[in-house]
Amino acid sequence: MKMAFLFILNLLGIGIYANVVEVCKNCQYQTIQEGYQASIECDTILIKNDEFVIDNWLIEKSLTIIGENGAHLIAKDGGEIITIATNHVNIIGLKFSGVTTNYLKENAAIRVKHSKHFLIENNQITDCFFAIYLEKAKSGTISNNLIDGNASTEAESGNGIHAWSCDFLTIQSNEVLHHRDGIYLEFVNNSDVIKNHSHHNTRYGLHYMFSNDDTYVSNVIEKNGVGVAVMFSRRITMKHNTFANNWGHAAYGLLLKEIYDAEITDNNFLENTIGIFVEGSNRINYLNNNFRRNGWAIKFSGGCEANVISNNNFLYNSIDLVVASKLNDNTFENNYWSDYTGYDLDKNGIGDVPYYPVKLFSYIHQQAPETVVLMRSLFVEIINYAEKVSPVFTPKDIMDPKPKMNIIL
Amino acid sequence: MLKILKFSFYEMIRSRWVFIYTLFYLVATMAFLLLSNDLSKVLISMTNITLILTPLIGILFGTIYYYNSKEFIQLLMAQALSRWSIFTGMYLGMALALCLSVLVGIGIPFLFYGIMGSPDLTIYLLLITMGCVLSIIFSLIAFIIAISCDDEVKGLSISIFVWLFFAIIYDGAFMLLILGFKDYPLDKFTISMLVLNPIDLARILILMKLDMSAMMGYTGAVLTKFLGRGMGMVLVSASLMMWMIIPFWRLFALGKKKDF
Repeated sequence: MKMAFLFILNLLGIGIYANVVEVCKNCQYQTIQEGYQASIECDTILIKNDEFVIDNWLIEKSLTIIGENGAHLIAKDGGEIITIATNHVNIIGLKFSGVTTNYLKENAAIRVKHSKHFLIENNQITDCFFAIYLEKAKSGTISNNLIDGNASTEAESGNGIHAWSCDFLTIQSNEVLHHRDGIYLEFVNNSDVIKNHSHHNTRYGLHYMFSNDDTYVSNVIEKNGVGVAVMFSRRITMKHNTFANNWGHAAYGLLLKEIYDAEITDNNFLENTIGIFVEGSNRINYLNNNFRRNGWAIKFSGGCEANVISNNNFLYNSIDLVVASKLNDNTFENNYWSDYTGYDLDKNGIGDVPYYPVKLFSYIHQQAPETVVLMRSLFVEIINYAEKVSPVFTPKDIMDPKPKMNIIL
Repeated sequence: MLKILKFSFYEMIRSRWVFIYTLFYLVATMAFLLLSNDLSKVLISMTNITLILTPLIGILFGTIYYYNSKEFIQLLMAQALSRWSIFTGMYLGMALALCLSVLVGIGIPFLFYGIMGSPDLTIYLLLITMGCVLSIIFSLIAFIIAISCDDEVKGLSISIFVWLFFAIIYDGAFMLLILGFKDYPLDKFTISMLVLNPIDLARILILMKLDMSAMMGYTGAVLTKFLGRGMGMVLVSASLMMWMIIPFWRLFALGKKKDF
C-alpha cells in the first residue's frame, strides 16, 4: 500500500526526488533565505551570478549548495556567513567575503558544527577573519579552495582552515595565504592534508596541535613565518612536502616539539633559516630528505632520543647540524654531506672516514651569534679544520660513520 | 697616460706569470665544473678560492711588478711626462691585466656551463666583480708599499704580512673580540669591523646572496637591517669604493713626493 502511494506521488512529480531550487534576482526565489525555506532534505540550491548579503545562514537540512560563476556571498555587518549544523552538506563553487575580526566569536566564513560527511569544494574565500572553521566535525572533505586573508600581525588575525576536535578529514589541493596559520589542526586525528599550497601566512603554514595519526603529503609550504609546526602529537607522517624560503630569526621549515613516532621522508627543505628545529622529540625517522642551502639544516634542542637520520642529502647548508645538548642514541648513517672531504678507497660508494657534522664554527656561532658575519672566511675554515683533526669543543660521538660519496637521488 | 697604460698592460699580459695565473684559474674552475655538475657547489668552492687568492696574487704581483719596472719608471721620469700619468698608467695597466685574468679564468668556464640561465647568475656576477675589485685594491696597496720601501725584500715581506693580516689575523682578532664582548650589543661594532677590511666586505657581499637564509637567523635589529636588502648593499659597495679611492689618492701623493 505504502509503495503504491509513493509510486503515485512519484508519477505526480512530487517530493521524493531532489529538486533544484534556483536563487537569483529574477528567479522565483530572490533571496537565499526564501530559497532555503522552500528547499527540503537532499535538494540542491543553485545560486546564480549575483551578490547576496547574508546574516549567518544556519543550514540544518542536508543540501547541496552550488554557486554558479560569480555567485558571491557577503557577510552582513561582518558576521558569519554559513554555519553547517547537519550531516551531508555540500558547498561548491561559491565566493565569500567580508567577515571581519571578532576575537570573542572567532567569526568564520564557513563554520561546520558537529556534522559529518560534508564537502567544501571550489570556493573562493577572501578577506575573512577565519575562512573555514570546523568544530567536532567528522569525515569531511575540503578541497580546491582558494583562501586569501588579510592578516597583518600574528595577534590580530585568524586561521585559513581551522579544525578543532575533528576526525577523518581530507584537506586537499587548497591554496591558503595571508592568514595567521594557513591550516590549523587541534585535536584532529586520522586526517590527511594533501597537495595544499600554503604561503605568506604570518605564523605557520600548517600547524598541528595535540593531533595523532595524521598524514600530510605533497604540500608546498613557503614564505611563512614558520613552514610547518607539529607540536605535542604522535604518529604523524610527513612525506614529499616542500618547505621553502621561510626566513627570519624564528623561522623554521619544520618545527617539531614533543613529537613521538613520526616519519619524515622524501621532503625538500630549501633555503630556510632553519630546516628542521627539533625539541623533545623521540623515535623519529628522517629518511631520504633533501636539505639544500638552509642556514641550519637541522637544529636539535634538548631531549631528543632514538631518532634515525639516514639517506638524506645535506647540500650546501651554511651549517649542517647544531646540537644543544648531548644527543643520546641518535643514529646518523648513510647521508650525503656536501662538505664531506673523505675518500673511498674500496669504491663501494661509502666514504672510508666518518663525517663529523657538528663543526667548531657552529659551536662558536651559538656562543656569539654576531660571528655569523665571519662565515666562510679563511680563519673560520682554518679553525674548523684544526678542530676536525683533534676535537675539543665539538661532540665526538655525533658522526656519520658511513657517509655517501655521491648525492642520493 | 694612455700610452703608458697600454705599454704596461701589454707587458703584463705577455708575462709568463700572468699567463700561469690565468691558466690556474681556468684549470681550477674547469676541474671543479667537470668533477661536480652542480653549479652551486662550484660557485661556493670558487668563492673560497677567489677570496683568498686574488688579494694574495694582487699584492705580490703589484710589489714585484713595481720593483721590476723601477728603472723604467726612472727612465720615464726623465721625459716630459707628469708623475701622475706615469704612476696611474703603470698601475692601471697592471690592475687591468689582473682583472682580465680573473674574468677569463673564472668567468669563461662558467659561461660554457650555462650560468646565464641559472638562478645563481647573481652570485656568479658578484664573484667575478669581487675578484676584480680585490685585485684592484690589493695591487694598489702593493704599489704603495713598494713606493714606500726601496728595499725589495722588505717590501715583499710587508706585502705578504699585509695579506696575512687582512686574510686571517684580522678575522681572528675580530672573532676574539666578539667572543670577549658577547654580553654587550655588538651590532655597530661588527659593521664597523667589516667596513675596515676589504676582504670581509667582498665576502659579506657574496654571503648576502649565498647564505642569506642563515644571515636572517641573527636577532640583532641593526645588523639584520644591514645584512638585508638595500642599505647594506649600498654601504658595502660604498666602502669598497672608498677602499679604492683612498689608497689611489695615497699612491698619487706618495708618487709625487718620491725621491728616486
